[in-house]
Amino acid sequence: MENLKQELKAKIIENLNLEDFKVEDIDDNDSLFGDGLGLDSIDALELIVMLDKDYGIKISDPKKGKDIFESIQTMAQFIMDNKTK
Amino acid sequence: MSKGVAVTGMGIISSIGNNLEENYQSLVSEKQGISKIKKIKTIHKNVIKVGEIDYTNNELVTLLGLSDSNNYSRTAMLGELAAKEAVKNANITDINKYRTGLISATSVGGMDMTEKFYYSQFKETKNRKYIASHDAGDTSKKIAESLGITGFVSTISTACSSSANAIMLGARLIKAGKIDRVIVGGSDCLSKFTINGFKTLMILSETDCKPFDENRTGLNLGEAAAFLVLESDEVVKNENKKVLAYVSGYANANDAYHQTASSENGEGATLAMQKALKIAKIKPTEIDYINAHGTATPNNDHSESSALINVFGANVPDFSSTKAYTGHTLAAAAAIEAVYSILAIQNEIIFPNLNFETPITDTLLVPKTEVTKKEIQHVLSNSFGFGGNCSTLIFSKA
Amino acid sequence: MNTKLHIQSYCKIKDNTVTLDGNVVFKDNADDLKSFLKSTYKHLNLKYGKFFKMDSLSKIAFLASEFIFNKSQIDRKSDTIAIVFSNNASSLETDRKHQKSIDNADDYFPSPTIFVYTLPNIGIGEISIRHQLKSENAFFVFNNYNAEFHYTYENSLIQSKKADAVLGGWINVDDDKNYEAFVYLVSKKGEIEHNKKQLNKLYLK
Repeated sequence: MENLKQELKAKIIENLNLEDFKVEDIDDNDSLFGDGLGLDSIDALELIVMLDKDYGIKISDPKKGKDIFESIQTMAQFIMDNKTK
Repeated sequence: MSKGVAVTGMGIISSIGNNLEENYQSLVSEKQGISKIKKIKTIHKNVIKVGEIDYTNNELVTLLGLSDSNNYSRTAMLGELAAKEAVKNANITDINKYRTGLISATSVGGMDMTEKFYYSQFKETKNRKYIASHDAGDTSKKIAESLGITGFVSTISTACSSSANAIMLGARLIKAGKIDRVIVGGSDCLSKFTINGFKTLMILSETDCKPFDENRTGLNLGEAAAFLVLESDEVVKNENKKVLAYVSGYANANDAYHQTASSENGEGATLAMQKALKIAKIKPTEIDYINAHGTATPNNDHSESSALINVFGANVPDFSSTKAYTGHTLAAAAAIEAVYSILAIQNEIIFPNLNFETPITDTLLVPKTEVTKKEIQHVLSNSFGFGGNCSTLIFSKA
Repeated sequence: MNTKLHIQSYCKIKDNTVTLDGNVVFKDNADDLKSFLKSTYKHLNLKYGKFFKMDSLSKIAFLASEFIFNKSQIDRKSDTIAIVFSNNASSLETDRKHQKSIDNADDYFPSPTIFVYTLPNIGIGEISIRHQLKSENAFFVFNNYNAEFHYTYENSLIQSKKADAVLGGWINVDDDKNYEAFVYLVSKKGEIEHNKKQLNKLYLK
């Protein structure tokens, strides 16, 4: 799970063009949206694409993203539970 | 009230009709044009629903009398059909008798051909002719040339508010005396480019869209083209023209909130509507019908409802979105809805908001759900585009 | 009587160089456009993470407007500023990227971020969001920079009191090597008269 979390942090920084962040800057439980990393609705959609592309998980309801993408911890847990790749 | 700029002709093609009369008949008989995709090879073929025009590209080529060597995109063909109908409808026989221009809007341009032939163009030469017709400006150029227009030609590309902005600019040019007559409107065809793009934004509906409904799930994309002929008072007088309606108000504002989503309070939309009313010199209570943007996305309909309440308070006029009939036709939307607004005035009919069942919980606005007979003096039409580009037009009875 | 208007400030970005009112204010040797735009961003000391999500067209428009707004004395809280931009390639550079992502049926992952920028007017949206500009805004596609059209439109917006100032310009991106921006602020203040001749002169300079 630790490796996955580090992997996710790196992917998020790259896929979402978070130029001002390094992997070390993101804590497992930091809030990704809102006050934390400040991601927005388009970022959420990009993460949905990433889940499909890299982990084979398809999300059809964008509103579900809110819970899954709360933090690196919740994302990693969700992927461990659902991945097909 | 400020009289405005005269509309003397209209032309339209959409998934509910190939000309003015067919569109009108579909509107009053509640015949919607939403179905599964028939003509485009896409993996989403059996998933989403769209407002697709019946004519195949070959049929359009024949209708327009184009040669085999033509390099028209579907966007340009649809546009030319609609523009020609408008010019005929305006009884124009000598297009260059007065200073005449064309302002056309598009977001797709020739992308439908580019996506089909892009890779083959490297190896073969036969489809390279479509490279030149990719640009947004080429569509306008082709339409202008086919009409014989030698005056001012311009292209507007501001997403879903594009043709509203074209109509607005045309009206202003006439008011400022810079031009005597202008053909204004827009055209967009369906393409894999837009289908996939909207799919990845997750705002497409897999069923018939439900504008302003609490349980709406997204929009249906559509393709269409429509043009209005605007003429100065002098031309109307000299040629003894019948005025179909007046463009009496128009405005544009930026929502300054997000690249693609609208602000919760609908600030840009509110500003656009308020400014349009000011130009028309009429009070909110004088609007008889609103043809809403109403795309049926969770975001737009909520935001637009908030804006309607901001502007009209407890007395939001009768309103409906006609996108449940035609789908969201992107850059052509404002133009086809301008035609529908004028048809409403001429026939004293409000067209229904199809598929509506439950009002949005937060705002509780209820659109007109049946064809309704009503005397209509003023219609307000909204079109809001990505990039926060919010435009409102007001049409008034002649 | 019409108020006399001026080109208060103008910014040009081309060939890895940024000039403001005719003077070079930033230059860079970066190999590609993305790196050049990043260095320019750093030079301006902007703390605006959203910049990196934008496409090249929006980035260039954004940066040019930053240089101009930094210099001008426009009061963005109370002055209404309209935006009128044009180009000839529309959003072609980004369109190509989107098209590429949907070409291969086996590796098929269109990106929402890229699709969002497949319209030339999104850059106007970005500038509006940054500075909370809610006035009229338009984007036109022409073969070349049309000074007469821009002059007429920009002038009319201020004379008719729709706006106190107008950010006008031509911003075109074809690819990494072929890009140019000519962005200017039209207002009552300034020394260069706002007219077709001056606009053309500054554009061609």
